[in-house]
Amino acid sequence: MEWINVILQGVLVGGLYAMFAAGLSLIFGVMRLVNIAHGDLIVLSAYIALVITQTLGIGPLTSLLIVVPAMAGIGYALQWFLLNRTLGEDLLPPLLVTFGLSVIIQNGLLTAFTADSVKLQAGPIEVETIRLFGGVYVGVLPLVQFIVAVAVIGGLQFVFYRTALGRAFRATADDPAVAQLMALDNRHIFALAMALSLAVVAIAGVFLAVRANFDPSQGPARLIFGFEAVIIGGLGSLWGTFAGGLLLGVAQAIGAHLNPGWQILAGHIAFLLVLAVRPQGLFPKVRT
Amino acid sequence: MSARVVFASRAGRRIGLVGGAIVLGALAAAPLWGGRDDLALLSEIYAYVALASLWNLLAGYAGLVSVGQQAYVGLGAYVLFALAILAGVSPLWAIPIAGIAAAGVAVAVASLVFRLRGHYFAIGTWIVAEVFRLIASQLSPLGGGSGTSLPADVIIALAPSRQARDFLQYWIALALLVAVLAFILILLRSRYGLALKAIRDSELAATCNGIDVTRTKVLVYIATALGTAMVGALIFLQRLRISPDAAFSVNDWTAFVIFITVIGGIGRIEGPIVGTVVFFALRQTLADLGTLYLMMLGLVAIGIMLAAPKGIWGLIVERFGVSVFPLERRVVFEERKPAAESR
Repeated sequence: MEWINVILQGVLVGGLYAMFAAGLSLIFGVMRLVNIAHGDLIVLSAYIALVITQTLGIGPLTSLLIVVPAMAGIGYALQWFLLNRTLGEDLLPPLLVTFGLSVIIQNGLLTAFTADSVKLQAGPIEVETIRLFGGVYVGVLPLVQFIVAVAVIGGLQFVFYRTALGRAFRATADDPAVAQLMALDNRHIFALAMALSLAVVAIAGVFLAVRANFDPSQGPARLIFGFEAVIIGGLGSLWGTFAGGLLLGVAQAIGAHLNPGWQILAGHIAFLLVLAVRPQGLFPKVRT
Repeated sequence: MSARVVFASRAGRRIGLVGGAIVLGALAAAPLWGGRDDLALLSEIYAYVALASLWNLLAGYAGLVSVGQQAYVGLGAYVLFALAILAGVSPLWAIPIAGIAAAGVAVAVASLVFRLRGHYFAIGTWIVAEVFRLIASQLSPLGGGSGTSLPADVIIALAPSRQARDFLQYWIALALLVAVLAFILILLRSRYGLALKAIRDSELAATCNGIDVTRTKVLVYIATALGTAMVGALIFLQRLRISPDAAFSVNDWTAFVIFITVIGGIGRIEGPIVGTVVFFALRQTLADLGTLYLMMLGLVAIGIMLAAPKGIWGLIVERFGVSVFPLERRVVFEERKPAAESR
């Protein structure tokens, strides 16, 4: 019974990791860009939510109505004015520029909000639980977070494979030159992909902020969790990424249950094991 | 008519040799003209030039963009502390042993991270460094998460007086830097260097010409780990104190090193030297600004990457055509008969 609880908690946290990973996976799929500032953008959206909830006096979940469009706008502008100029054959410019962004965001947050850790207050929902069966309980908030994660991945899947925008994403990913011949503006498509990625980042950031304390230095660890979920799940598959997130969450929960110092380490070891045994990931998308 | 390949810039080479000898002499004599603080600052500069040169070899020549070299800085430092504290090995011996140990670890790490390509390789190396940091914080004989200090007797055994120790550590730092630069220079002038440049310019063309691309890259990765660990061991021998967060710091040992290399000029041996000078000049004047200084550094690096991707030294080379280290090959045609000038 104890282990069922541990694994269940791991699965629920894994939903959050899947959201960290989905945005990362999306922009890599469309434009072969790995955004090193991804984790810092998650933390940035947590702070934006903090400021909004404090100044407007609204709840964290309501604040999503403002944080998501705001982050999407930031994403569009970031891609349009900065990151589009780094794309090309050479992989160093995008890496270095997003690395620089990461340092700038981290230190900017440190200047504005100090290194003290803070948390978003969601009210009574934070401590409410539902009894599933026997001695197994789930928190309402982790459950909501998990359902939102499923909805986000499902939504991205729908956008990618069932809409005109998704067709444009896939066309540009397959062959940017031909996509351009079909009257698609690659710069605009890339900017939209980054906007969508940061919209997901905003949702993940708000849930991160409600779930636990956060501070400006937490970004890189979120990037690494997201990255591990992507690789464990297998490149190019959104539901694979989701499964990767769950597996990472479970591995961390088991590690933490054995020894509190092993939580993060257990996640990394699960990642390295997958890399050693099945480097293509658990559910790779078959590509011809 | 016959042709032969020579290393370019003969005049530059002479200037480089003479200038290099003068600079090296002056630096080796620094204990005569500098105070204790000067020696400490110079040692730190040497360490950063060495780290940045090694990263430059990895990223600029072998195309392996790693953001996890702090793994080897920390590993080298921890090997030195473990040997000195637990086994009573002299730190002077521990430095080369740390390098060899790191090379051994790098073989195992390479077998994992080389499964990842490009950007994913970068983040994969970072995760390896995080694993090392988390393992180090579980090592209770070395102080666990809060770290430990080198015992006084280990330090005293190094040299009898504080001044002698300062001089000794300074000269080791300088010798290590010279060794790292000489290694890179010899490597790049050898056939491996030619292979590396071919890989940098086009992996496909390099493979077609019979170069084993993966093998060459793995060898560079291991050699870089060896050098980085020795520098790391020396840095923490000078600091006398180690902790997992300091030894495996991504900011200190990777962010700064990457910024230095890119600002100075990636893919050129002079780049990291120029970059380190700029970095320290900025730090000595602006460090009081704290976080603002780091944000400015990030902005400068982004600006340089977008506006002048070859860095400061790249701009100088384009404008004046100089190079201090003779690395570029040039074909020279020699007329057998006493005929008109070929040019």
